Amino acid sequence: MPKTETEIVVEDPAAPAGDSPPVTTNRTADVVVSLLLLAFAALLAYDNWRTGMGWDATGPQAGYFPFYLSVILAGACFWGLAKEFLARKAAAETFVTRAQLRRVLQVFVPTLLFCFLMQWLGLYVASFLLIAGFMVFVGRLAVWKSLLTAFLFSLVMFVTFEIAFDVIMPKGPIESLFGR
Amino acid sequence: MEAFGLLVYGFSVLLTWKILALMMVGLVLGIFVGVLPGLGGPNGVAILLPLTFTMDPTSAIVMLSCIYWGALFGGAITSILFNIPGEAWSVATTFDGYPMAQQGKAAEALTAAFTSSFIGSLVAVLLITFLAPGIASFALRFGPPEFFAVYLLTFCSFVGLGREQKHKTVISMALGLLLTGVGMDTVSGQLRMTFGSSDLLRGINFLVAVIGLFGISEILLTMEERLALRGHAASISLRTVLKVWKEMPRYWVTLLRSSAIGCWLGITPGGAIAASFMSYNLAKRFSKDKESFGKGRIEGVFAPETAAHASGTSALLPMLALGIPGSGTAAILLGGLMVWGLNPGPLLFVEHKGFVWGLIASMYLGNVVGLVLVLTTVPLFAAVLRVPFSAIAPMIVVSCAIGAYAIQNAMFDIWLMLLFGVVGYVFKKIGIPLAPFTLALVLGSRAEDSFRLSMIGAGGDMRVFWSNGLVGSITTLALVLLFWPLIGGAFARMRSAFVRKPA
Repeated sequence: MPKTETEIVVEDPAAPAGDSPPVTTNRTADVVVSLLLLAFAALLAYDNWRTGMGWDATGPQAGYFPFYLSVILAGACFWGLAKEFLARKAAAETFVTRAQLRRVLQVFVPTLLFCFLMQWLGLYVASFLLIAGFMVFVGRLAVWKSLLTAFLFSLVMFVTFEIAFDVIMPKGPIESLFGR
Repeated sequence: MEAFGLLVYGFSVLLTWKILALMMVGLVLGIFVGVLPGLGGPNGVAILLPLTFTMDPTSAIVMLSCIYWGALFGGAITSILFNIPGEAWSVATTFDGYPMAQQGKAAEALTAAFTSSFIGSLVAVLLITFLAPGIASFALRFGPPEFFAVYLLTFCSFVGLGREQKHKTVISMALGLLLTGVGMDTVSGQLRMTFGSSDLLRGINFLVAVIGLFGISEILLTMEERLALRGHAASISLRTVLKVWKEMPRYWVTLLRSSAIGCWLGITPGGAIAASFMSYNLAKRFSKDKESFGKGRIEGVFAPETAAHASGTSALLPMLALGIPGSGTAAILLGGLMVWGLNPGPLLFVEHKGFVWGLIASMYLGNVVGLVLVLTTVPLFAAVLRVPFSAIAPMIVVSCAIGAYAIQNAMFDIWLMLLFGVVGYVFKKIGIPLAPFTLALVLGSRAEDSFRLSMIGAGGDMRVFWSNGLVGSITTLALVLLFWPLIGGAFARMRSAFVRKPA
């Protein structure tokens, strides 16, 4: 028997604190989502009613199927809301804590920026910036490692998709320098 | 033995260097997907789907299904070595797998997991080989009312049998079905729910939604947690493998029972997650030595892994034979079929023999190759976990964006993906299940078409769904399943009343 009990250890320096105060409870989130879905169902029901939700000579009209689905959706939302208000349970689970929300935004905001940037810079340059930026500022990893990783990853993606598989991505000024 | 001849034909389609190479690539990518946190079977397949757009359908499905097998194998590695299930279906594997690793028996646990996975899939593939052609040829007689009844059955069984709160399953399903209606109506050509937007004219692409729902939302969820890891490194020697294999026949009852549970829950939309827990619990209940479960018993690794793989594999049976996926990943593969211009359903067995039998043959070969691959390369994949998540997260985001954009070359899809990412994150947190949403998205338009075609055929008479024995029994079964919680509750009450009376 080979003895290979070497341990693998990975640290997470920016982990969210365990005692962070909650932002909202699951119950509040549940109610808000139900209300939003209810509004969405009403909007779609109205639109399908306008399209025509009845029957004509050829069978059900275009809006028939989706209209009744929005009715079902609204019904299920009402059911959930009623249940929520009737159940007077004090035990409220935390939906998200402040520290957790911060971490989630740390990845969501850069992703949003990445999507904006790729329209002007092209996907590959934006991807380089996203990966390098994220590794340096959020992951607190060494700068040279981050730049190298980001460059290699973007390059591999470029070669795989644009050259090997002919999948066309948004491109910006830098790719056009290379005649792509 | 017609199936056998066709299977040999399937192998002949498969055995080219190109396809074998794609198979290896798929398996390696799949194991990565299974090992890495924040990536799972469904989104791994969804993100890599764009790679296959320019391939022929057979190579494409072989590569994608191998990603799926790889992900099933990979989930076990992190469960056993790190006590972190890479996938939800390997949660049950941690119960006994991690204690085994702590006792210095990581190699045994891994061998047990991989081998039982292999056995589970093998049983399921055998089932597919001999059952699917029969079901498909039976389903060739189906008309629109029968198909609608089968779709209804699928949707209703999700609501009735799912473990989530019923109204949340209904919300998720209705929302999915509604979103498939957006855009041009295929029957009348009218525009629906587009609100004057030219981007919505094309409709909401199923894959874009899946990439957002599973890929982006999973990243957001993973970020919430503390991502520090502490685990064991292991490599498997041939001696360990042989030792475990020698022990294996002793557990044949567990293996057989777990395979059966897995196959059943895979075909019906119960899924690999439920299968792995159920078979673990049953193995524990039937064991003479219940106490030793949870403390590093090898049987506790065999049971959930066999069931998870049997279920993951047999989920492809209804997809191939009827065009109805049995799991989220199968739904995405089905979406792939449509992208490659194949029409899923019973006709597939008639019109695209090479494709279907190539896929089935690849299930055999992929699992054999996968088993050898994971047994030999475990240390390598365990080391992947040393890569910090802050490097992996942005890479996954970029891959998701590439995947979403490539489908229709539309920037709008990227925004849609982000929106679905947020929706998926919130839904997962408040317990709205995503599997019915995925299923509704992929089946929605076909369910609507079959409903309207049957209505047109019957002149708007709902009784068409009870017009003959076949369609009538499927529809009735669907309704029974839908109201199963109520019916089951009534039964239980009757029984308890009955039991109490004599006393």
